[in-house]
Amino acid sequence: MQNSSNSGADLVQLKEAVANLPTGNAPPILSEILDALGRLIDRAEPTVIDLGAIPFTGGDEKVLQEILGNGEVNAVLDAMGESHVQETGIPGVWRVDHCDPKGEIQSRFIEITFVPDILKTQSEDAQRGQEMLAERLSERLSAIK
Amino acid sequence: MSSSPLLPKMMKAHGVSRRSFLKYCASLTSLMALPPAMVPRVAHALETAPRPSVIWLSFQECTGCTEAITRSSAPSLEELIFDSISLDYHHTLQAASGDAAEHAREAAMKEHHGKYLVIVDGSIPMDEPGFSAIAGISNLDMLKETAEGAAAIVSVGTCAAYGGLPQANPNPTGAVAVSDIITDKPIINVPGCPPIPMVMTAVLAHYLTFGIPDLDELGRPKAFFAESIHDRCYRRPFYDKGLFAESFDDEGARAGWCLYKLGCKGPTTKSVCATVKWNDGTSFPIEAGHGCLGCTEPDFWDNGGFYKPLSAPAGDYRRVGQAAIVAGVAAGAGGAYLARKNKAEALANHETVDAFTLEKEEKES
Repeated sequence: MQNSSNSGADLVQLKEAVANLPTGNAPPILSEILDALGRLIDRAEPTVIDLGAIPFTGGDEKVLQEILGNGEVNAVLDAMGESHVQETGIPGVWRVDHCDPKGEIQSRFIEITFVPDILKTQSEDAQRGQEMLAERLSERLSAIK
Repeated sequence: MSSSPLLPKMMKAHGVSRRSFLKYCASLTSLMALPPAMVPRVAHALETAPRPSVIWLSFQECTGCTEAITRSSAPSLEELIFDSISLDYHHTLQAASGDAAEHAREAAMKEHHGKYLVIVDGSIPMDEPGFSAIAGISNLDMLKETAEGAAAIVSVGTCAAYGGLPQANPNPTGAVAVSDIITDKPIINVPGCPPIPMVMTAVLAHYLTFGIPDLDELGRPKAFFAESIHDRCYRRPFYDKGLFAESFDDEGARAGWCLYKLGCKGPTTKSVCATVKWNDGTSFPIEAGHGCLGCTEPDFWDNGGFYKPLSAPAGDYRRVGQAAIVAGVAAGAGGAYLARKNKAEALANHETVDAFTLEKEEKES
């Protein structure tokens, strides 16, 4: 009861404090990534690390970002909401973040791989593409006639 | 019709690409606490799962569980999965009413005998059948009749799972949980007041894909109820350092310190609230500055007061409640007797409290 101030600034401060509290989980994840890179190089074995499986806050993300940095590829999927697929500054280490249609994060992964599977065209989708193209082409041809 | 896989067809009709589906499976696998390597298996199982008939029974409940599941983020594949079950009876959602509605339930029970899934929300009154009845059929009779031919039962919400709010002191209706009555069918408890919508759909997806999930000693899927909220809480480092908020507006509360001393039940409450979160991943109670009420645990309503720290004596409500669950699971019919016994004890223990007393206690402490 002794503190009467309840200003917006306090709330912002609280929110920032909450978002930036590191749990100390970034360094062990980075060691795991290093180990997984070895397996990718030696045996072409990819690894996926689910960041939703452990407490991982904005503060931890910051540590991860500082060490991994940004790389050469930055792709955005538009598949029931956006997904951000980025190669980090460490080639072979990718960030895959899935969002829902409202832009809320659904899941966060680190993939240690040559290219994340989600970027590849799925054969079912290619099949649907073949049907669509055939249909569009025949429509165009019949319009010409 | 009801046994053919529907998801691939529905995805095509809604223009959902396989890539979107795989993206959803990645998030679902993460949510189900399965390793990322399981994504292809989850995808395959979802695509080939037969479409089950579902009968949803609502007993002594507030419709909050139905509200929660039908308000999950839209348009989403969760919705598609929910749509891909054949919901043959749900008296709040179905268009039919009266005789036609009851006939739909009877027809589904007859046609899919031994294969349909029963979802229950709400507790069952044992003192008087008339306390809660649908179309003149008491909740007890309807549950027994419907459970008879069920493949499994999902008790959604703390009322169906453990008696919940209707069972709270002094339990005026003699309310019991589904597991106090039905003892010969697999029962999955998905407690919460309400449960997290994503958890409800993920349990449904797990049932569709891999059958009954691994359950803990209270009948809850381990994927969502294995760890306490405290284990995953972002305020945990403050607890470890002994930094606690002493009131809801002190410096500690502002700095986001641990809410243990303000009655947070996180340490004894198992749920994924801290990681999955609420309102499409916005936040969870502790993030909003209020302690956890412990709503996924039996007898949470009577567990010594929401604002008393866990270390404070909580009376014997919790112990009595746990005994009722264990005995109920073991002896089924004993549930009604225990409920009455609980009620008598609760009446004897009942202490009245008003705002004035609470304020006085607050000032003294």
